[in-house]
Amino acid sequence: MKPAAFDYRAPASVDEALPLLGLDSAVLAGGQSLIPLLNLRLARPELVVDVNGIAELDYIHADDGVLRIGALTRQVTLERSELVATRWPLLTKAVRLVGHAQIRTRGTVGGSVAHADPAAELPAALIALGARIHLRSPRRARAISASEFFLGPLHTAREPDELLVEVEVPEPPEGAGSGFAEHARTHGDFATAGAAAVVAAGHAGIALLGAGPVPVRAEAAERALAGGAEPGEAATLAAQGVEDEHRRALCTELARRAIEEALG
Amino acid sequence: MRIGVEINGHVYEGDVEPRTLLSDFIRHTAGLTGTKVGCEQGVCGACTVQLDGEAVRSCLMLAVQANGRSLTTVEGLSGDGELHPLQRAFHEAHALQCGFCTPGFLMSMEAFIREHPDAGEDELREALAGNLCRCTGYLGIVEAVNRAAREMSVGNVQRD
Repeated sequence: MKPAAFDYRAPASVDEALPLLGLDSAVLAGGQSLIPLLNLRLARPELVVDVNGIAELDYIHADDGVLRIGALTRQVTLERSELVATRWPLLTKAVRLVGHAQIRTRGTVGGSVAHADPAAELPAALIALGARIHLRSPRRARAISASEFFLGPLHTAREPDELLVEVEVPEPPEGAGSGFAEHARTHGDFATAGAAAVVAAGHAGIALLGAGPVPVRAEAAERALAGGAEPGEAATLAAQGVEDEHRRALCTELARRAIEEALG
Repeated sequence: MRIGVEINGHVYEGDVEPRTLLSDFIRHTAGLTGTKVGCEQGVCGACTVQLDGEAVRSCLMLAVQANGRSLTTVEGLSGDGELHPLQRAFHEAHALQCGFCTPGFLMSMEAFIREHPDAGEDELREALAGNLCRCTGYLGIVEAVNRAAREMSVGNVQRD
């Protein structure tokens, strides 16, 4: 199918974009989720605000041990970043599993986060890493923890007049290892479930994807693992709240694999 | 909206609605029907083209987004009437039957092999995952890209 008609604007800066955002507009970044929704007419915005020309949102840099990823950064750019592979390898592992290569050339980091598919890889990885999501509107600029950003399937704490501008990721503790495991019926398909883990001495960050309506931080498992629990024990705790029995078993196993990978 | 898109070295101009998909601009306005439209939701890969050398789904871009950009479609894969090594390998290894998916496979794999000249079969198979074929059962395609990757990487060494 073809999209319903819409008006189109392509602002060149964040300041130009912000006044255009609202209930009847949709932000077009990489388009790898929005355009299918438009083509299927599941989304019928009056106005499409194309942010691809906003060069100020396309960057990856680290300062003072904090990784800053501009919302418009392509997933392939994250995937190829030596800086990220060296110091935030969990993100490299997660982004390689996003769709297919032809999707990651266009898909953006901010788009994946803002779209909030419960089976998406980057949101779970960002929760495990303790990332913060930066938003701007004409009213204010604010940052919100990734673990509080996702409210439901395709539903986030972003207000309609807010633009997701940056993802901020703290550096994992000294000596931390990371692991990411997921199960998809075919390679590159949407994952059924998955798990992300960052583990260091006295520290653990664990998050699940596909375990429910939103990616979830597994706090009980984090506490247990930081306190010296075995991977299998922590994995059972991570998945204990998952409702469906099959999915719970899957999440338990994937969490165990992610944790063991993180422990090296 | 008036746009101009460079496709295979030639600029095609046309008036499009904002909702016009790039895949439809390529086929209907530029008349380049080698690019196929399958699922229109980014799953099948038949519409894959290269935007500034990177493989993208042309059904998941608006035509207006390609204004002033440079595209390569399957018609631009080989310049002089000779088959590109990938096309020749697809022909020789029986990697197509109906051929509908083939342009997408070619445009995906040309970009991948150029980026990963040393890719082994596992990596090639992973790279193939973004394109669907309903005829061949894939074995011919795997064989073709293995052959082409070897030939193309030898070509790169010679050019260096």
